[in-house]
Amino acid sequence: MSRPTVYFGLTIATLGAAIAPMAAAQSLTGAGATFPNPVYTKWFDAYNKKTGVQINYQSIGSGGGIKQYTENTVDFGASDAPMSADQLTAVQGDVVHLPTVMGAVVLTYNLAAIGTTQLKFDGPTVANIFLGKITKWNDKAIVASNPGVKLPNQDIIVVHRSDGSGTSFIFTDYLSKVSPEWKEKVGNAAAVQWPAGLGGKGNEGVTQQVKQSDGGLGYVELIYAKGNKLGYAQIKNAAGSFVDPSLESVSAAAASAKFAPNTDFRVSITNAPGAASYPISSFTWLLVRPNMKDATKAKALKTFLEWMITDEAQQMGAALDYAPLPKPVVALEAAKIKTLKANGKPIA
Amino acid sequence: MTDVTTSAPATPVARLQGAATGDRIFRIVLSLAALSIPILLGFLVWELIKGSRLAISTFGLDFLVTSTWDPVTGKFGALPLIFGTLLSSLIALIIAVPLSLGVAIFLTEFAPNAIRKPIAFVVELLAAIPSVVYGLWGIFFLVPVLTRTVFPFLRDTLGFLPFFRGTIYGPSMLSAGVILAIMVMPYIMSVAREVIATVPGSQREAALALGATRWEAAWTAVVPYAKSGIVGAIILGLGRALGETMAVTMLIGNRHEIATSLFAPGYTMAAAIANEFSEAATDMHFSALAYVALVLFSITVLANAGARLLIWRVSKGRPGGGAGL
Repeated sequence: MSRPTVYFGLTIATLGAAIAPMAAAQSLTGAGATFPNPVYTKWFDAYNKKTGVQINYQSIGSGGGIKQYTENTVDFGASDAPMSADQLTAVQGDVVHLPTVMGAVVLTYNLAAIGTTQLKFDGPTVANIFLGKITKWNDKAIVASNPGVKLPNQDIIVVHRSDGSGTSFIFTDYLSKVSPEWKEKVGNAAAVQWPAGLGGKGNEGVTQQVKQSDGGLGYVELIYAKGNKLGYAQIKNAAGSFVDPSLESVSAAAASAKFAPNTDFRVSITNAPGAASYPISSFTWLLVRPNMKDATKAKALKTFLEWMITDEAQQMGAALDYAPLPKPVVALEAAKIKTLKANGKPIA
Repeated sequence: MTDVTTSAPATPVARLQGAATGDRIFRIVLSLAALSIPILLGFLVWELIKGSRLAISTFGLDFLVTSTWDPVTGKFGALPLIFGTLLSSLIALIIAVPLSLGVAIFLTEFAPNAIRKPIAFVVELLAAIPSVVYGLWGIFFLVPVLTRTVFPFLRDTLGFLPFFRGTIYGPSMLSAGVILAIMVMPYIMSVAREVIATVPGSQREAALALGATRWEAAWTAVVPYAKSGIVGAIILGLGRALGETMAVTMLIGNRHEIATSLFAPGYTMAAAIANEFSEAATDMHFSALAYVALVLFSITVLANAGARLLIWRVSKGRPGGGAGL
């Protein structure tokens, strides 16, 4: 059932890419990350109404986006995780990462005994739960962060993603930073060997699983926890304060990140410094060729990229719970977009 | 041919020659259609082998007996997947076979005519439901119900067995087995019913005439006569269970691990491919999944070959016995 679906999806994506050059030049094809798909859909629709440029986007997942970009079947890719050194080698470094919006991964839980009380976790505790070392809700590490909350002697039902995903990448990136044991035993990738718990397919699979299990604990994108009215935890950040995931705390994390003037934007903002930073935050990126072959397309893409970082577009994202890019990042990105070329010449 | 052309009037001859050309074209078209199947199969196998070459050369046959599945370090072993596929299908058959044979025998031997058609229709309708719908139904209805009622009951009564111990998560090997049982039941039931219906009436009448009760007639005369067809029906169900993907991945918990407890999450080959294919970032991960697909393909081929053998042995010396399949 699903294998054909996957292949079918790929075929459609490939077909789309093949047909694109034949259609009017005012159409672009992209593929990749599922997490920012709602805001991308909104943007591409709004941009189409504005300029007539049609952008077809297939949300097939970050890994798929990188693969299609590498195989040159799309005009741009999209990913929640920056390309790895190996992946960069595969495209001979011929890629520009451009942050679009930011998102937060939240720890969501369902524990009938405490009702709607918001729990607090610190990084090492989260890592130990996902390592399978903390198995009960009343473990002293959890109790220590939550004075006054009566936690039951109940099994924690850990839920993680079964499919590879950018969300898992961000989450394991965070765990690798706060727990040396996690870094050594499990590591950081879109798909890892999970030491404990159940696998749910997609953000919605994890959400559903947590929702149904008393004692369930999983990680999902903020939007999914909010949309499903699930509780989500405050996480202790690098500065030692417990922070609620929100647009402001995610933007704060991004603002605290240091960018070199000539940055390639492949920057992780998990466990960011700053008292207001939410520690499991991340950019999501578009992957664009620095020197495009088709001048018409290059122009259309460049105009879109310039529009994407305007306040107008960024506020559309905020309305959908994606944190807007901080001003310094926008400035750096605007400079980067100017350097894009078509056939070796600057794009008019 | 020449005799016909010389002696017969003009018009029919023209038609006859045209017909011969048509025959030839028809024959070529049919041959091509028939050939396309083995060619397609060849492409499939070739593609799977090509895709999995990297994993085969790295892991060899160890792939089949090791349990690590670590995309970060690039170490892969499919034993938990193979185990999960076989175990979930076995659970499905243990539940579905008695149930569907019972329904099939009831419908052909005992049920009043008025309800035969409606019940058979409803059961066959189950076969037409897409598997993702079964999956959703499983998540929203079956798993919560099992978690609240059947699983605690099993743990309390059969908890002395290692299969029914440990934390009840909900999604588990047993949940996947149950949903698979429901999904394969209509297949087994409808084929078994067809087969049993072809058993000659004289078989029943002879048994009844010898003083057998209806139950004895069904078990001693009808079922043995239809045995090979029933085996075929079960294998058809097994084939479906082995390859089922969507509903299983939604209910099995997706964990690369072999657990003794049926309450623990597991994984199947088909589910792993569906889950991980789209985001397999490294070549090795992709190749390992292609290798899994190759193993799954081989297992289904073996299961089918085994079924042929079984049917052949069961029906040996009973010419009428091969009736259903």
